[in-house]
Amino acid sequence: MSEQTGTQMQFGIMSVSDITRDPTTGITPSEQERIKATLTIAKHSEEVGLDVFAIGEHHNPPFWSSSPTTFLAALAAQTERLVVSTSTTLITTNDPVRIAEEYAMLQHVSDGRMDLMLGRGNTGPVYPWFGKDIRQGLPLAIENYALLHKLWREDVVDWEGKFRTPLQGFTSTPRPLDGIAPFVWHGSIRTPEIAEQAAYYGDGFFANNIFWPKEHYQRLIELYRQRYAHYGHGTPEQAIVGLGGQVFMAAKSQDAVSQFRPYFDNAPVYGHGPSMEDFTEMTPLTVGSPQQVIDRYAGMREHFGDYQRQLFLIDHAGLPLKTVLEQLDILGSEVVPVLRKELAKDRPETVPDAPTHAARVKAVYGDGPTRQARPGANRGDNLTGDSPYEDTPAPAGSAFGLTRKGA
Amino acid sequence: MTTRRIAVVSAGLSNPSSTRMLADRLAAETVKALAARDIAATVDVIELRDYAHDITNNLLTGFAPPALETAINTVVSADALIAVTPIFSTSYSGLFKSFIDVLDPDSLTGTPVLIGANAGTARHSLAIDYAIRPLFAYLHADAVSTGVFAASSDWGGAGDDVAPLARRVEKGTKELADAIAQRDAATVADPFDPATYLGEGRSFGHMLGGLAGE
Repeated sequence: MSEQTGTQMQFGIMSVSDITRDPTTGITPSEQERIKATLTIAKHSEEVGLDVFAIGEHHNPPFWSSSPTTFLAALAAQTERLVVSTSTTLITTNDPVRIAEEYAMLQHVSDGRMDLMLGRGNTGPVYPWFGKDIRQGLPLAIENYALLHKLWREDVVDWEGKFRTPLQGFTSTPRPLDGIAPFVWHGSIRTPEIAEQAAYYGDGFFANNIFWPKEHYQRLIELYRQRYAHYGHGTPEQAIVGLGGQVFMAAKSQDAVSQFRPYFDNAPVYGHGPSMEDFTEMTPLTVGSPQQVIDRYAGMREHFGDYQRQLFLIDHAGLPLKTVLEQLDILGSEVVPVLRKELAKDRPETVPDAPTHAARVKAVYGDGPTRQARPGANRGDNLTGDSPYEDTPAPAGSAFGLTRKGA
Repeated sequence: MTTRRIAVVSAGLSNPSSTRMLADRLAAETVKALAARDIAATVDVIELRDYAHDITNNLLTGFAPPALETAINTVVSADALIAVTPIFSTSYSGLFKSFIDVLDPDSLTGTPVLIGANAGTARHSLAIDYAIRPLFAYLHADAVSTGVFAASSDWGGAGDDVAPLARRVEKGTKELADAIAQRDAATVADPFDPATYLGEGRSFGHMLGGLAGE
């Protein structure tokens, strides 16, 4: 893990987990085929040198990823270096207690190679399906995260809110690995309140940067940076920013255009609307040679400032597995190495590196031992006496098989 | 002397269009009525036909292409709106409704609106009141009580000679000018200003309703 401590920027891919008919063959993969293919894609992203794989959470066809932590745990078990994440986890309709538990568990089994991104959901009916009112979307996002934040930071929580059963003397288990809460990105397409929320907590802010012109995201990110400083977490330049993006590449740009066009024209999200040419001009979608992708994405920091994480959407709209793996090969061999260099050039030292568990542990404990929570004897009562944990910093590396080279 | 800005939305599909003809007439008379109240006014006309593809693309992708975005901003930031549509199948045209559908539903709250409509015969004149006015009521816009309907015959000799088109235009635009004169010049709150979404001088802690200890 410690080798990641100094990663200036993380590059990776994000999947929305759509199962879409391939318009060139007429074939729709089965759920099993697509789920296994996504696992292959995610593992290959590590093989080609990417840092992050993120997956969305959806509860409606044609999407399959209703249970991202189960998928990400399997992925973490089959990879060594990859950070597994979400894009996004629904903070509105999930019980924050369940989020706290599931992602803390993922943090333990992945040895800290995880974080998560919070969002509000992609379809109206997801709210009533989970007993929530869509008109309360924003208040739900605000209150649920306040509870989640607390559950990861306090061993014993008393809580009363508007949307959830009150909690008295509740302890969310397992406690976060090393006593460090998972890093959270707040994802947004358009809502300034979410940028404000990310800034308030000093968390990361991830701008979708896929569907809309960059000007929308510039305003959101600028707001987040200003408010990050306002709440005393650092300078605007030190705020933690992530960006989405989407690309399709071929050695010759005309080949990329002709290969991708049938997928673009029929894609669920933008098909039958603007032409591919208009859409690529208006949004960060880049269809062309690897060099064109490099040029476009090396320019992102001109628009948004130095940032910490770049995720690409490359496995959607019915693209077959073979094509996606080829796209990953190009990203890993030709695009990302150049972007790493380009975006590291003249990057001020005051701009923080991408957040990793190892780096965050180090920031809190230095080279000292980290917290390893051990439950005390069951008292059936968290309210009296002291902590339910024998709260002992354990010698580094001794607990739970975790080794921290250099930590 | 203060200056106000009037946005005119014309949803006619042909060019030249009698919808546009009515829209221009309403705009010119409103400017005149405002001048009589010592208020200068400028007019921006949005011919929806020019944005038909962009409007469809916006419906499909969720964002407005740059030209349409400019047009939308022109409309939602104006001091008043003159909205004119042809009547198709007893209601506003689909293009007109599609344009309304890409606006933020709150963006016309409190805006004075003069509704205009045109059709082949005067038999459709009530469409203003049973179809178009409820739409603006839903948007919480402030539509003046007179809507101006023009049948084809109103443009020639066989029109209504008891209340001819010119008199109806004058009545509607006078009401719109009164509504504009009663209001301060429009200001648009920046949605990315914390004072807009939090309230002046407030912090995110207030949105947490005390949960964050503020």
